[in-house]
Amino acid sequence: MELSVLLNQFLSGLTRAGVLFMLASGLTLIFGVARVINFAHGSLYMVAVYLSYSFLRLFGPGGMGFWLSLVAVALSLALIGGAIEAGLIRRIYGREHLQQLLLTFALIYIIGDAVKFVWGITPKSVSRPPFLEASIPVPGGSFPVYNLFVIGLAALVGVGLWLMLARTKLGWLIRAVAADIEITEALGVNVPRLLTLVFMVGTLLVGVGGAAAAPLTVGALGMDVEIVILCFIVVIIGGAGSLLGAAVAALLVGLLEAFGILALPQFAVVFIYALMAVVMIVRPWGLFGTPG
Amino acid sequence: MRGTSLRPLWGWGLLALGLGGFPLLASEFYIRLATEILIMALFAMSFNLLLGYGGMLSFGHAGFYAVGAYTVAILMKKTSVPFFLAFPAAPAVTALVAAVTGYFCVRLRGFYFSILTLAFGQLIWGVIFKWSALTEGDDGIVGIRAPTFLTSSGGSYYFTLVLTAACIGLLWMIIESPFGRTLLAIRENTDRTQFIGVDVNRLRLLAFVLSATFAGVAGALFAPFNGSVFPTFALWTKSGEVVMMSILGGMHTFLGPAVGAAIMLSLDQMISVYTEYWPFVLGVILLVLVLFFPAGITGFVRVLARRESAGTRLA
Repeated sequence: MELSVLLNQFLSGLTRAGVLFMLASGLTLIFGVARVINFAHGSLYMVAVYLSYSFLRLFGPGGMGFWLSLVAVALSLALIGGAIEAGLIRRIYGREHLQQLLLTFALIYIIGDAVKFVWGITPKSVSRPPFLEASIPVPGGSFPVYNLFVIGLAALVGVGLWLMLARTKLGWLIRAVAADIEITEALGVNVPRLLTLVFMVGTLLVGVGGAAAAPLTVGALGMDVEIVILCFIVVIIGGAGSLLGAAVAALLVGLLEAFGILALPQFAVVFIYALMAVVMIVRPWGLFGTPG
Repeated sequence: MRGTSLRPLWGWGLLALGLGGFPLLASEFYIRLATEILIMALFAMSFNLLLGYGGMLSFGHAGFYAVGAYTVAILMKKTSVPFFLAFPAAPAVTALVAAVTGYFCVRLRGFYFSILTLAFGQLIWGVIFKWSALTEGDDGIVGIRAPTFLTSSGGSYYFTLVLTAACIGLLWMIIESPFGRTLLAIRENTDRTQFIGVDVNRLRLLAFVLSATFAGVAGALFAPFNGSVFPTFALWTKSGEVVMMSILGGMHTFLGPAVGAAIMLSLDQMISVYTEYWPFVLGVILLVLVLFFPAGITGFVRVLARRESAGTRLA
């Protein structure tokens, strides 16, 4: 096989991994801290992609419009996430996991139809911002600059999130809640407010990921249930609650998908599910997770 | 003491009479709807053997339903095996698939169990979706010709009714057996049941395989009824539907999931007439149930009934 083909697939896989990481990091953060498995995560991604379409129409297709829209989508998603947490999920923290699964499962239906109601059934696509439209030459072909931008953005998000968790006071509080929610509350921390904030950060990441992915994909109904499974796979392979795990697993899944298509086009999807099944059998708590 | 009261017997008798006489009174449309409800009721009740009695929330149950449906479809369309051989093959193949995947799944607990079942369910979907040579992929297998006695809506209804009733009877026997009781013990306290010498994983696997087998029967019933099968039968959202039916009807009652299936399919028919946003309505109903009536509709009715009888006793 030619080197140029491999390089191209490698970069495509990295791009995919970048998007998956931005989405999965939000999912794993919410799971790690609030212990909520958010089935509606993919639905929020769908909202972010559609919102990008609307905000880009509002702000115009120029470079400025792109940045404004990125920020607007991210903030909108943070607000939606905060509202979902404060309005619904907060009511059932004490209940068994099953109930949380069902509640977020109900949100899939509700958000999916809301998107259909607002944006209709015709798919929506957005173009790349003009300043990132070029392609750079790589051996044997060219590669779009925008994809490199997404890879860079994902790396930036990862580092930023890590710094926030490791170095800021907010990050300490979040990790304290993740470690022991009752003791943290007993120490006088306003845990409910912190949990809302964690949700907002988690869904903000979805907003950034969705806005970044919008020019690479097409906003279409049904994309929600497709992507959420991939996000789950990334979180599970990496280890629920582990940021590093999400990064490594996003790389694994993204590259496996890209090279799986080369090797056996028929079964690229199957590879990913098989990888997850194998990881769960050998190490149910994931590559970087902790048992129990 | 169970079975001392005659009232439940009356109830069963009336139910049998109603279900048996139904096609004589109803139109073609409602007979078909009732047939679909029966199939989905069996699917949901098979699932609830795992969830309600075993405490295992599977998110891949649709995979087994699809295996049953595709076994019948492939055998009849691709190899022209007659229906009376293809039909019993479905639960057998399903049981085999469930034994292999279940072996790994039952070792995990709680959330991890749910996710691994989800992965295996999606794996089945992926295989059906991509293995076009065998399954026709995205196009599905269409034009499955049911045997003549199933071509009329009435014949199809009675066939489904008899088989569903038989399967539900078997499920009842399973639940009432010592195995069923031990399964409840595992649900209530896995560790303690293990301590007293029960091979927990083996029993969980048995429940998993039995549950999947009945789901395979439901799929095998649906394939000739519908005349076609599609990869979406295996999709995880389909698994979510049976979860919803069980919760809606009440997962801690024997017939609850069947009630849930009836409610969901009927609502689907009724609300779809008025709005194309039926999933939205369904989502809101589920939301309200989870937030305010976690015991499901059957559980809620039961609480009401208990309150009422308590009231009369006090009066």
